[in-house]
Amino acid sequence: MNLLGLSWKNIKNEPLSTLLSLILFALGVGLISLLLLMNKQIDNQFEKNLAGVNLVVGAKGSPMQLILSSIYHIDFPTGNISLKEANMIRKNPLVKKVIPLAMGDSYKTYRIIGSNHAYASLYEMELEEGRLWQSDFEVTIGSTVAKALGLKVGDSFVSAHGFGEAIMNHEDHPFKVVGIFKKNKRVLDQLILSNIESVWKSHDHGPPATNKPSKGKESNHDHKEGDGHDHSHDGHDHEGHDHAHDDHDHGSHDHHDHSASTPVNFWEAGDTKEVTSLLVFYRNPIAAVKLPRFVNDRTDMQAAAPAFEIARLSEMMGVGQQALRWLAIVIILVSGLSVFISLFNSLKKRRYELAIMRVMGGSRAKLFLLLILEGLIIAILGYLLGIILSHVAMEVLARYMQESYQYEFSGRIFLKEEWWLLAGALLVGLLAAILPAISASSTDISKTLSK
Amino acid sequence: MVSASNISYQYSGQEAISFKPFECKENSHWLLLGQSGCGKTTLLHMLAGLLKPASGSIEIAGTDITKLNTSKLDHFRGQHIGVVFQQPHFVQSLTVAENLRLAQYLAGAQEDGKRIKSLLESLNLGHKLNVKPKELSQGEQQRVAIARAIVNQPKVILADEPTSALDDTNALEVIQLLETQANEQKATLLIVTHDQRLKNHFPNRIQL
Repeated sequence: MNLLGLSWKNIKNEPLSTLLSLILFALGVGLISLLLLMNKQIDNQFEKNLAGVNLVVGAKGSPMQLILSSIYHIDFPTGNISLKEANMIRKNPLVKKVIPLAMGDSYKTYRIIGSNHAYASLYEMELEEGRLWQSDFEVTIGSTVAKALGLKVGDSFVSAHGFGEAIMNHEDHPFKVVGIFKKNKRVLDQLILSNIESVWKSHDHGPPATNKPSKGKESNHDHKEGDGHDHSHDGHDHEGHDHAHDDHDHGSHDHHDHSASTPVNFWEAGDTKEVTSLLVFYRNPIAAVKLPRFVNDRTDMQAAAPAFEIARLSEMMGVGQQALRWLAIVIILVSGLSVFISLFNSLKKRRYELAIMRVMGGSRAKLFLLLILEGLIIAILGYLLGIILSHVAMEVLARYMQESYQYEFSGRIFLKEEWWLLAGALLVGLLAAILPAISASSTDISKTLSK
Repeated sequence: MVSASNISYQYSGQEAISFKPFECKENSHWLLLGQSGCGKTTLLHMLAGLLKPASGSIEIAGTDITKLNTSKLDHFRGQHIGVVFQQPHFVQSLTVAENLRLAQYLAGAQEDGKRIKSLLESLNLGHKLNVKPKELSQGEQQRVAIARAIVNQPKVILADEPTSALDDTNALEVIQLLETQANEQKATLLIVTHDQRLKNHFPNRIQL
């Protein structure tokens, strides 16, 4: 027999009010923990995938959309830019390096990105098996893609136009898997990488280069870029840009015939070719001031800084998060109140047994501690229940979130913030129990027992 | 073993009640008699250290308990004084045996399951060891309360109207139990009562 055991038995003796307090505690703690888990992993995903990219240059449209599509591969691309314009950026003295991206196709919702090997080295990708893509229609795939689709080195597949479920397949140009990357927990795990020419060639019978993303709705291949595209931008913040991208997009439409011969360097493939965007690295700090302004004011393209756009995005999501966090805190406080009320109520019923405990030799301090322990036990159990709840929920949600965030969420990670949450829960349990504990320890034994 | 000299008690806003001095030897059995309202229970609570007298001293087993501070008094009470009340109260979340174990724990005594078992068996409660107190009858509850009062082998057993809520059979049984247990442990037994049924059992009386 000890105080802890006695507290536990007292709690078990009041199953209903204990259950209510536990559920409230678990909901509050679980909600906060879930928010922390999601936040941490979303932040992580945004930060990890920045990979030191200073600027993204692409077709005019929403700058956030450009960042989301080119760096995180979440949203749809804003359109394409001509190789001529891309070369202009590449050769700009303010620019140290550019990585071109060409997109528009996918295989079973996993995006096929045409780029050069610098893209893989930017994310420090290592090969698990096979090699990097070399010739046309060779692909190296991320570990998540390989696992989800069961693709192995040597397998072939036919890409689909757009990023949604396949409706239009490019059946005459099958891709061949030549390598699989090791898992590195960044966005490339979710991508299929090829050279840029492959993306162009899979569209050879249509207009050149990568095409407008379609959400899988297009039933044929005639690419009505203008109307297929700008409607999706209306909801975005254009920051004063006009919709000039519609115009330049149409510029290269009549060049349909492209021979199979591939230029050794795709940069020289001709002005009619297009890429989707450029990941730009500055040569010096002055570039950060001059280059975005130059691109946005003097060209038909737009430049967006990832760090800035992501900060803006977090700010926008922050409001909802803040509201949820307050809600969770309120729930925890209510659970504290519930512990307080149930302890105080139980005191009324237990005043005789508390007095008897004093008669049997129990000190005031022991009775005080007994009540405090009852509050703390509920807090700890509620906390554990809440943590289990949030991690199971995260694990379940992970499956749905992976697709929209191109990131593998997990409920099997634990954060140090969760220790703070434990401290908070203990504090609430303590505060809830302190008044009942004082009241219990100051029971007037003689008065109570002579009633 | 138990002596009270010149003690008085004052409830706030009332006249002080004085009690005449008395002394009880080791292993003697006493009845404390008096009209209701004359302060019998007050005296018993002072003897048990539940109330502090306004004046005078109370000596139990060689210690003046009016000089002890609250926590020392709690400890002393747990070790040397067993108290039985008119209404038996138990920790409801614990079983009969656990309630006795709690008495051992709170008194700072060695927890002794064998002692609890044999004690309850001697009170014909051996089969109720793992039953919650509220499932017992009134008479059984009072017997468990007696077992709890004597589980730590106190030198003094104080009982406040232990039989007034019981029928004749149970009352007799409880009184006999108190006597035999007090004899076995050579404890001094003081019973506060106005129950006429007890008067013939005890030659020693203190009339208030």
